Amino acid sequence: MLRLERRATPSSTMRIASPVLAALGMLVTGFLLFSALGKDPVEAFYLFFVKPLSNSYGIGELLLKTTPLLLCGLGLALGFRANVWNIGAEGQLTMGAIAGGGVALWFGDSDSSWAMPLMLLAGVLGGMAWAAIPAFLRTRFNTNEILVTLMLVYISQLVLSWLVHGPWRDPQGQNYPQSQGFGDAETMSVLIDGTRVTWGIVYAVGLALVAWIFSQKTFAGFRMQVAGLAPAAAAYAGFSEKRNIWIALMLCGATAGLAGICEVAGPIGRLQQQISPGYGFAAIIVAWIGRLHPIGVVFGALLMSLLYLGGEAAQMGMGLPSAITGLFQGLLLFYLLAADLFITFRLKRAGVPERPAPKAATTLENAV
Amino acid sequence: MSSLVPMVASTVVAATPLIYAALGETVVERSGVLNLGVEGMMLIGAVSGFAATLATGSDAVGFIAAAFAGVALSLVFGFLTLNLQTNQVATGLALTLFGIGLSAFVGYNLAGLPVNRLPPITIPGLTAIPVLGDLLFHYDIMVYLSVALFIGVQWFLTKSRAGLTLRAIGESPGVAHAIGKPVLTTRYLAVLFGGATAGIAGAYLSLAQTPMWVEGMSAGKGWIALALVVFGTWKPTRVVVGAYLFGGVTQFQLFAQGFGLPIPTEFLSMLPYAATIVVLVIICRDPKTILLNQPASLGHSFHSAA
Repeated sequence: MLRLERRATPSSTMRIASPVLAALGMLVTGFLLFSALGKDPVEAFYLFFVKPLSNSYGIGELLLKTTPLLLCGLGLALGFRANVWNIGAEGQLTMGAIAGGGVALWFGDSDSSWAMPLMLLAGVLGGMAWAAIPAFLRTRFNTNEILVTLMLVYISQLVLSWLVHGPWRDPQGQNYPQSQGFGDAETMSVLIDGTRVTWGIVYAVGLALVAWIFSQKTFAGFRMQVAGLAPAAAAYAGFSEKRNIWIALMLCGATAGLAGICEVAGPIGRLQQQISPGYGFAAIIVAWIGRLHPIGVVFGALLMSLLYLGGEAAQMGMGLPSAITGLFQGLLLFYLLAADLFITFRLKRAGVPERPAPKAATTLENAV
Repeated sequence: MSSLVPMVASTVVAATPLIYAALGETVVERSGVLNLGVEGMMLIGAVSGFAATLATGSDAVGFIAAAFAGVALSLVFGFLTLNLQTNQVATGLALTLFGIGLSAFVGYNLAGLPVNRLPPITIPGLTAIPVLGDLLFHYDIMVYLSVALFIGVQWFLTKSRAGLTLRAIGESPGVAHAIGKPVLTTRYLAVLFGGATAGIAGAYLSLAQTPMWVEGMSAGKGWIALALVVFGTWKPTRVVVGAYLFGGVTQFQLFAQGFGLPIPTEFLSMLPYAATIVVLVIICRDPKTILLNQPASLGHSFHSAA
């Protein structure tokens, strides 16, 4: 019999290895799933994970889908570190798209060089405004941010739906629920010829570096981390909980809002009813897979983006529903949570005496 | 009067899935476990109930299948949070994301297929009473069972020995363990019960409310059920009252259209979500309300040997 024994100190090797184990677990399950569905698993794996990346267009698509996942994942990771459970990045993304898209429609076909900067700014502010609601309610009324941010996702999607069905509908659009297409100056230019990838990925990677500096090198980032790991220590040190909550939500609102405007001003090119296949929710998994570390989130976003591409390929090549992406996402998170157990525990054969666990193993030095 | 009856009836139908899901989650949370996976379990319940009824033609089989599907999913949650002591918030979110993905995957062939709506039952003598018969005795069986479930849960939590043990475990698992109460077993059973009711709630959506399967058809109802538990301050009676109030809010749309109010449908559809936020603010505004009513160990893992 095996039993669990608490490690003397949390294993930093396992912290890195756990996402790899989780990905392997997901692949094994996928292998069994494809077999059970009567598909050749090797061929299915090739189609799902390799073929999408076999040409430059595919790589471009990978980076294109990485952009919103990375942006949302960064903001969420910073918040989760501070124990702020914002799960409504999808709503902040939608509001960013609405605010930025509104500016784009206001500019119309004008070729003003102000258009794009103002759109990006509006997108960021739109996301922040939407995230300000749960921040205010949590700090002022003690209202759980999990439920509020989630409810605001549904509300934001209905606002978008109303806009594209009503006031912002393209009069020449044959009654499709969508706005006019954005003009040339209101569309982000393509970064690499022959692909659809835009400057958004550059912003996202740049922000990953900024987030890394923020979380590792600034006092505000340190305060948020202490608040997440040891709330009592943070309170004792006099770190304001309210300020942390505001910073966490504002940062995520900003990045998710930017993701939203980058989507509608990039590959979509207009406002329409559906602008995100759940990037804001998938970004929760991205943040975890990335160990809530900005550089880790980059890898998490790439993996998640590949799952989206694979899902599309599976739909076209194997007649499987693209919902298989969501299935893999959920599996990945489950396996990750289970594998994370081995950061603080190890397996021991029963009968071997347990080593006495040192007291206060989770002090600040270990954790930070 | 004639317009009131269908409004009440549709309110009851809208509230019923919320009652199942929220009462189950109330029991789970009273044992000290926070399962945020209600939405995912509802969707799995909705798709498996629909598939089972489609295959067999029997509504009973559908609801039983849905309950088992919910139990199966909650078993995963129980294993991770109770045995492996993973973070309950994260695991619950994972359960919801997994449930959304799995239900869409399993159900992609089922979209658009028809089943018969769960029929209302006729109670001899009572259904025939004018107005009152239509108002109270013209519902499907699951509506009446939801009332029975409420009575059962209320009795269990306040009057039964096992219910008191469950509450003690939710308040202070360490003490309960020290006097020999089975903390993990009790929490497991609570989690599985919550899974079964969430599954049934989902099947009510796909078999009774709108008899079909649509991807993501629960549209946040699982999350609203979670909010209802807070709104009801973890007390079954208030949870059920809250569910009916919410059912009424969702029906405001029909009301407004009936009176020709010039409000875009999107804004009316926002009402349940906006109402959830408002309600949470009202309840949580005074920290004492939460402090006094929330099970003290809610969301914390318990490990006896450590």
